[in-house]
Amino acid sequence: MSKTIKNAFDHGKAFIAFITAGDPDLESTKRFILEMERAGADLIEIGIPFSDPIAEGIVIQEADIRALKAGTTTDRIFDMVAELRKETDMPLAFMGYLNPVFYYGYDRFFSRCRDVGVSGVIIPDLPYEEKGECSKVAASYGVDVVSLVAPTSKERIRTIASEAEGFLYVVSSMGVTGMRSEITTDIASMMHEIREASDVPAAIGFGINTPEQAAEMARLADGVIVGSAIVKIAAQYGAEAAPHIYEYVKKMKDAIRGL
Amino acid sequence: MQTESRGRFGAFGGQYVPETLMNELIRLEESYEYYKNDPEFNAELTRLLNDYAGRPSLLYHAERMSQDLGGAQVYLKREDLNHTGAHKINNCLGQVLLAKKMGKTRVIAETGAGQHGVATATVAALMDMECEIFMGKEDTERQRLNVYRMELLGAKVHAVTSGTQVLKDAVNETMREWAGRVHDTHYVLGSVMGPHPFPTIVRDFQAVISKEARAQFLEATGELPDAVLACVGGGSNAMGMFYHFIGDEGVQLIGCEAAGRGIETGQHAATMATGTVGVFHGMKSYFCQNEYGQISPVYSISAGLDYPGIGPEHAYLRDSGRAQYVPVTDEEAVEAFEYLARTEGIICAIESAHALAHAMKIAPKMGKDQSILVCLSGRGDKDVAAIAKYRGIDLSE
Repeated sequence: MSKTIKNAFDHGKAFIAFITAGDPDLESTKRFILEMERAGADLIEIGIPFSDPIAEGIVIQEADIRALKAGTTTDRIFDMVAELRKETDMPLAFMGYLNPVFYYGYDRFFSRCRDVGVSGVIIPDLPYEEKGECSKVAASYGVDVVSLVAPTSKERIRTIASEAEGFLYVVSSMGVTGMRSEITTDIASMMHEIREASDVPAAIGFGINTPEQAAEMARLADGVIVGSAIVKIAAQYGAEAAPHIYEYVKKMKDAIRGL
Repeated sequence: MQTESRGRFGAFGGQYVPETLMNELIRLEESYEYYKNDPEFNAELTRLLNDYAGRPSLLYHAERMSQDLGGAQVYLKREDLNHTGAHKINNCLGQVLLAKKMGKTRVIAETGAGQHGVATATVAALMDMECEIFMGKEDTERQRLNVYRMELLGAKVHAVTSGTQVLKDAVNETMREWAGRVHDTHYVLGSVMGPHPFPTIVRDFQAVISKEARAQFLEATGELPDAVLACVGGGSNAMGMFYHFIGDEGVQLIGCEAAGRGIETGQHAATMATGTVGVFHGMKSYFCQNEYGQISPVYSISAGLDYPGIGPEHAYLRDSGRAQYVPVTDEEAVEAFEYLARTEGIICAIESAHALAHAMKIAPKMGKDQSILVCLSGRGDKDVAAIAKYRGIDLSE
């Protein structure tokens, strides 16, 4: 039995790493994931590339395009994860847009998630109001549909948090994913709202890329999520990126240890 | 947990957007629901539509064309005579006025060929709003005149270099921009698409087309048309043209979509003919996509129809059998474009020529006592160079 999302929060503050599947190829993605686990990542979000990722900044947009050009498909990603499972039982989640999941068929998609041990999905274009159409199917296969809250959520935070599954993804900033020099949102008050409504773990993502930011955010929540900074290393070094990704993830994880 | 969200047309529609935008969409819906029943708002909008945009637009009996085709009488609803040359201004006046009432100081919009961008920039100038337009880089090169037109009107035009650099990418980029700045900014979506409440808002602002046309047609002929035709990309002029005829069971509603170089070539934007149900740009509807749900690149000679999806209410009208949708190729549209110019002295938009082409196909098979009403959604000045190029003539200096 593979570990679930909840297990990712068993050992103090969680470091959650995102990587786009298939950039530059799926064999490399598998290697990157194993290196990130070795470097201390507690949960990996495997990005299913989409032709039109409207919540992503330029770094992940370009990774999606490279991955699709390289022939990455939903089926091949499942095959890669099945292979990966021979080498690790670490918690895994998918992050991707609704259409590839919808088109694959909710039943087929979530049953394959269960089969390969992916215990959650994060779908940025599936808000609370629309979640109902797939969360029941996902639940029947033991897969969590992770909810997001944003700086604009205000009074919605409590409603969303009260029904959160797995963990709650706290969007740190307005706009799209990508590295930011400064996070100006009042995260502390968002966290206060969340804690009032739910005891599900909360992790902060969007914009985090330095160890200092990671530590600052980890003090406020149960974990931090880093995507673009890792994807950028994969873009820079391609198939040779593994040691660079290892080093970066280790540095980031070390910054939040013991907080 | 509710299982069916708001803003549905049967199974289609919905609000598939990042959480960051949800409160803004809710606020937009609440504001719209208030102002659409506000007599002051409606009086102001009507005044703008009439005194500024030149409404009501004419209903014109194309007698020479009807005679030449030898069948049904063809009538044209002349949206091409509106200020800025297309139906797009109807929606822009409504949405920018609404945005102003909501306290917004800045509007953003996507544009394909540039018609919606020009209309948005025009109304933004009129209402003293900051305006930024997102346009695929490829489209900015194909439609340089419209880029300059928008700049003349005081708008900032961003050439979108992400993805395939056309209309769908412009929509992506405008949504990203909006998610980064909602407090002072309204996204003036240009078609009956996107997340709820946009498909409803845009339809309502465009419904003035059929409200006028139905009354004008009754006045002119004493009866209703047998068929109402309009071109569809996202579907705003078609939805506006169909809306007040939906209850008239005897009136056939036909949307004409872009078949590009032919359905069989794969180079087209015929969403209804070839698309499948999916979720994209905030809505559940029909889309051109591959077997993994990746959105397909589409093609049409008409930049305004060059979109891989269609508004959710059209998906519903099709599946419920109330409307039908037919593909029209580049070649057929260009022939119709030239035909209307020679026969009636009207140079129409290449988009509208798709609807006209279908009218030319069906009119000869109908009786002389029958009638077809076509929405001439825009004028064709913008297309002259592209048509010349299609015919092998290079107009550039």
